Amino acid sequence: MDKTAVSSGSSVTNPGVVQVTASPGRLLVAHIRKYPSLWIGLAVLVVWFLIIIFASQIAPTDPLAQNLSERLAPPSSAHWFGTDELGRDIFSRVIHGARISLPAAFFVVLVSVTIGSLLGAAAGFTGGRLDDLIMRAADVTLAFPSVVLALAISSFLGPSLTNAIIAACIVLWPEYARLMRSQVLIVRSFEYVSAARSLGIPERRILLYHILPNAWTPLIIKAALDIGGIILLVSALSFLGLGVQPPTPEWGAMIALGRTKFYQWWLATFPGLAILVVIFACNLLSEGLRDWLDPNY
Amino acid sequence: MLSRYIIRRLLLAVPMLLGISLALFLIYNLVQVDPLVMIVGERAMDNPEIVATATRQWGLDRPVWEQYLSYVGNLVRGDFGTSFLTRRPVLDDLLLFLPATMELAVSSLLFAAVVGIPLGVIAGLRYRSTLDKGVWFISLLNASLPPFWTGLIFLTVFYYFLGIAPGPGRLAPRIPTPERVTGLLTVDSLLAGNAEAFLSALHHLILPTLILGGFTLALVIRVTRAAIIEEMRKEYIRTARSKGMSERRVTVRHALRNVLIPLVTILGLAFAGLLSGAVMTETVFDWPGLGQYLVRAAVNLDYPAIQGGTLVIAIFYILVNLTVDILYGLLDPRVRDRDG
Repeated sequence: MDKTAVSSGSSVTNPGVVQVTASPGRLLVAHIRKYPSLWIGLAVLVVWFLIIIFASQIAPTDPLAQNLSERLAPPSSAHWFGTDELGRDIFSRVIHGARISLPAAFFVVLVSVTIGSLLGAAAGFTGGRLDDLIMRAADVTLAFPSVVLALAISSFLGPSLTNAIIAACIVLWPEYARLMRSQVLIVRSFEYVSAARSLGIPERRILLYHILPNAWTPLIIKAALDIGGIILLVSALSFLGLGVQPPTPEWGAMIALGRTKFYQWWLATFPGLAILVVIFACNLLSEGLRDWLDPNY
Repeated sequence: MLSRYIIRRLLLAVPMLLGISLALFLIYNLVQVDPLVMIVGERAMDNPEIVATATRQWGLDRPVWEQYLSYVGNLVRGDFGTSFLTRRPVLDDLLLFLPATMELAVSSLLFAAVVGIPLGVIAGLRYRSTLDKGVWFISLLNASLPPFWTGLIFLTVFYYFLGIAPGPGRLAPRIPTPERVTGLLTVDSLLAGNAEAFLSALHHLILPTLILGGFTLALVIRVTRAAIIEEMRKEYIRTARSKGMSERRVTVRHALRNVLIPLVTILGLAFAGLLSGAVMTETVFDWPGLGQYLVRAAVNLDYPAIQGGTLVIAIFYILVNLTVDILYGLLDPRVRDRDG
């Protein structure tokens, strides 16, 4: 049954559009031209990942190395982004900051998508009491504005990166649960699902192989957007003193150091630009994915 | 019909509120930090007599479910606990700080609507034009800005370097605060007939409004644009055009009217964003609102204040959503007929 579905599926994929002469390279170029925001967003994120891998090679100094004779120096050829109160090189700290924010955000989104979509799928597929229980828990969580709830949780658990990540997961999972549930409800009403059921295919198999693969498009689009959102959330918590603690070079915590120092504008400006670039790339990627995967939009 | 719809919506909010209070209570009880240390202070922890008295006084020796019941009972009576930090009832504190947030939230929502709706309409009408792409780009960029950083940059540029905007706070330091009536400084200064205070309050509102409103602006633009695109494709628009109605009239009298309905729904969403944004914006602008109160409570481990403040914000948020639901029912009879 599955094999026939796959083969008939591949023969239907627009035979007229894909020309026989088109090489994979050309197809890629055509795709890039059609969805520039997707590829620009992706490219920027890839660059950031290279920065994360080679941070120690790119950064001119140790992000924690203090040099009190050069404290609060403005941007120069020696220190591209200037130095902070303790003479630490801000460029090096921004580079190393990527090692905290990006992996943390990816982790949070991965965990939330997994937990949220499993619970949402279970709720949508089984209905009844389990559905009620899961969705009421989600509703209660969603009744709080995200930053406010994350703030309360981080404060209760104590300020640290781990606790900020836990807070972010608690805030995010219900959004995926709700989205997945509605997707499952839509997809399970399709005729091919009733066809599979009438063929006597076990329910679990229907859910895993027939419903879920067709339900996750909006989740991917949302996940790309949320990576940016979680970077904002974690850096906001750190900015408020409830996330990553000094001297760790986290972008939000670095901006907090420049809060009362208007004259030393470089303290806050550069870590903030880093956050802006990453979130903007995530938003571009999400928009591009939507254009590509959701043609009805 | 309509009253039934409203009552149903109100009843649905009750289990929600219970769930929220339970969630907050559970988080509070899972805290690793001993609340006693906060109540009596670290030094007195060695004195068993003080500890025993405080334990009894704060009901910490009773079973957890009993503590929850008395917590809900207290909430119903309007007792949200006593702040460790200010030693005042949390509700009194919150009422003191709420107006500043309201003033900022309302002006931000106004800003987002006044700027966002026209931009969204224009972008939607000129779908896929350069103008549309420009608006799309700006709203995407705007959605990517961390408000606590943008606020700081604005203060640095417009206050510190250019000197055209006032510094943090709600009022110039030399102007005495007008007598508190509503807590909204713009209203209170007008009631007191104090033009100088009114202008100063207005002046101080500009930067935080731009930052907090900017947080919502992208959402308003996006929803308006999508709704206009959808609306302009509908049959009745074609009918109106074929009757020879001017394009302007078609847009304003027909399409825009129907677009306002989805816009009302997103006001609820926008409000949640505003409250989240307020936490960050108020910290940067030293704005004495709920956000700043919560941050101060969170940093100082003032648990009753965090618990109470979060609860009030959640209740506030539910009420806004409830109002939006009811408004939606009023505006669109199809909704209340389906649900009623």
